[in-house]
This record gives sequence, C-alpha cells and structure tokens, in this order.
Amino acid sequence: MSGRTEGGAQAKASHIMLALFLRDIRLSIRAGGGALTGVIFFLAVIATIPFGVGPELKLLARIGPAILWIAALLACLLGLDRLFQADREDGSLDLLVLGNDRHMLALTVLTKCLAHWAGSVLPLVIAAPLLGLFMNMEPAGIGATALTLLVGTPAITFIGAAGAAVAVALPRGGLLISVLVLPLTIPVLIFGVSASYGAVADPDPFLQPFLILAALTLFLAVLGPVAAALALRHGTD
Amino acid sequence: MRLIAENLGGERGGETVFSGIEFALGDGQALVVTGPNGAGKSTLLRIVAGLLPVAAGRVRFEDGGEDFPSAASACHYLGHLNAMKTALSVTENLCFWRDFSGAGSAGVEEALETVGLGGIGHLPFGYLSTGQRRRAAIAKLLVSHRPLWLLDEPTAGLDKASEERFGESMGKHLESGGIVVAATHLPLGIEGKELRMTG
Repeated sequence: MSGRTEGGAQAKASHIMLALFLRDIRLSIRAGGGALTGVIFFLAVIATIPFGVGPELKLLARIGPAILWIAALLACLLGLDRLFQADREDGSLDLLVLGNDRHMLALTVLTKCLAHWAGSVLPLVIAAPLLGLFMNMEPAGIGATALTLLVGTPAITFIGAAGAAVAVALPRGGLLISVLVLPLTIPVLIFGVSASYGAVADPDPFLQPFLILAALTLFLAVLGPVAAALALRHGTD
Repeated sequence: MRLIAENLGGERGGETVFSGIEFALGDGQALVVTGPNGAGKSTLLRIVAGLLPVAAGRVRFEDGGEDFPSAASACHYLGHLNAMKTALSVTENLCFWRDFSGAGSAGVEEALETVGLGGIGHLPFGYLSTGQRRRAAIAKLLVSHRPLWLLDEPTAGLDKASEERFGESMGKHLESGGIVVAATHLPLGIEGKELRMTG
C-alpha cells in the first residue's frame, strides 16, 4: 500500500468522467476520429436536395426544416457504430466495464455519449444555419431548426448508444445499429420538425413541441445509458 | 485482503473449459497459472475479474476495506490487448488511465522510466513497437494503485531486460502486500504458487 494518497481510491466521479470526456473529444478530433465525416455527409445530403427537388424556392423553404432534420438524423447515425466498438477492439472496454464497481457504468456511458455528441454531432448543429441558407429558409426558421437540433440531437445519440452497445460485438454492426435505432428516433424527429415549423407557420405552436422534445432528450438521457450499460455488462466475452 | 476461488468452473460458448479450480491468496502472494493453449487461463482471469459469469463454484474477495469492496474494483486487468489508443500519445493514454482509475501511486514519467520508456512519452502510441506497447501497458499498472493484478501473458513480446524489469515491478508490488495472478508460458521471475490447468 505504499505511496497511496489518502482516500485517493475513491476519486471524485466528476473528475473521472471529465478525464473520459476529454479523452473521447481528443480522439474524435485526431486523425481517424471521424468528427468531420458527419458534417461532410450532412453537407453532401443538403447540397444534393435542391438538385433533386428542383429550383422552386418556395418548395425548398417549405421542406427545409424537415430535410435538415432528416439529414442530421442520418448523419448522427453514421458514426454511432464506433462509439463502443473502438474501445472494444483495443481492450479499453473491459477496463471501462470493470470500473462499474466504483462508478456506475451508466455514468461512463452517459459521458461517452456526451463526448460523442460534442465531438461529432455538435458540428452538425453549428453547420445547420449555413445549410439552411441552401434551402432558402427564412432567418426565424433557420434559428428555430438549429435550436431544435441542439436540443433534440442528444436524444438520438442516447438511443443510438443502446443500439451501439447491443451491436458492439458485430464486426459490421453499423447498418444494424441504424436499423435498430431509426424507428426509435421517430418521435424525436416528429417533435423536432413540428417545433421548427411552429416557429414560421403561424397557427402552429412552437413551445409545446419544443418542450416535449426537451423532455424526450432528458428522458432518453437516463434510459439510453442505462440500457446501453446493461447490454455492455452482459455482452463481454 | 484475500482472493479465494472455491470449486470454480468456467465455460465458453456453453462448453465447460475448466472446473474444480481452488486457490486462496493472501497479501503478498502470487499465483502463476500455466497450461497449454485453450486450457482456460484467460477465461479464469476474466472470471476472477468479473468480466465473465461464474459457471460453477465461486470467487470471493475479502477484507478489501471500503476502497476495494470487490475483485473488480481492486484489480488491474492486463489482457491480451493493451487498452491504449493509437491516436493519443503514450503520456496522454497513461494520464487518462491514471485519472480514470483514481488513486495515482506514481507519476506518469516515473512509471515510464520504470518500464524503460523514459523520454518517449510524447510519441503517439501507434508509433511504438509491439514490445514497447506492452511495456507502456505495464506502465498503466504502475500509474494507479490496485492491490490485485490480473495479468494475461504479461510478458508476451518483451525482451529479456524488460522481462527482468517487470519481474522487479511485480516483486515490489508483492512486497507492498499486493496480490498477483498471472497466466503465462514463460517464467516470470516471481515466487508464487503454481496452478497448472490441464484443459
């Protein structure tokens, strides 16, 4: 027991989670981290839409929020398969799971989700206003869509974490995760898009769907990591 | 503290790999697990760590105190994989594991010196050779204190000098009252009970 700091074994959970958060952020911006893949995919999808739909500016403006949301949803799903798989491949996942006895595994998963969101999804939210211009959306619509994306996309990551944990052992689990997760994200999409429309189309409300969207994110912030932790706990081999 | 296995059995994919394993280790004792490939050495270590369910019998971890209520919370598990990120530097990797485990016992620089990697902490982990990677993973055991070391082929890929250095590190750990359970084919240079698994 030489050289052990007093009470050091029970280091603060917040300190530990901050270390994990910073590591995952660092990994996402280093080479091969894939922070930019999502943004580039998002950009590619949005840039293609006007070519497909045609140059009808009114139509583009009307479908703008929905297209932004669908493209962001798909871009979110893109990097999810690496959420736990990268850790599994190099053996880190075993050690993260072993930490369960000191701090809940769900907390570790939540931290990884937040880091994944900040590293790969937040850039999408930041790029969304610019891409809104491509869709001829008015400033209020752009603002509302960016705001709903900011509040709603964490929910997609939290649901995705559960899917990623289930498919962690599969060598090409990316598609399976998307298929597993997509139906569960539909409520998020519905309330996200209806809040975005509510900000521009007058009789429609903005606040109610927006608050439900926020509630969904909070609800899934608990449910997703707990489900993912359960799957990871029983998925080690 | 004590680590006790009673009539322990393990299985992989529904098939029994081993059964009836018994051992009891106290402070400062080591267990060297030997046996042919496929005898269940790695499975045994993973069961002790709690990464795999116990198929029969039980594993107990006693007198760990408040800090170490279970084997999982008291152990450093060094598996086949090094659990290091190739995109991060060696120091970044070690700092993360020190912070994540809590209870740092030696500085990162000091730990790297101990395993003979002094001065290369700034390199990305991916640039290191197999043996150097293993040494960096061993340094991970030194940056935070855990009384129980579960080592799966810890010296795979190490040269003679590094093996000796690692033997010394394990010796020190045992002297300070730690427990080591190591699965290996090679002599590790520590005194300990031997558990021969026949598969």
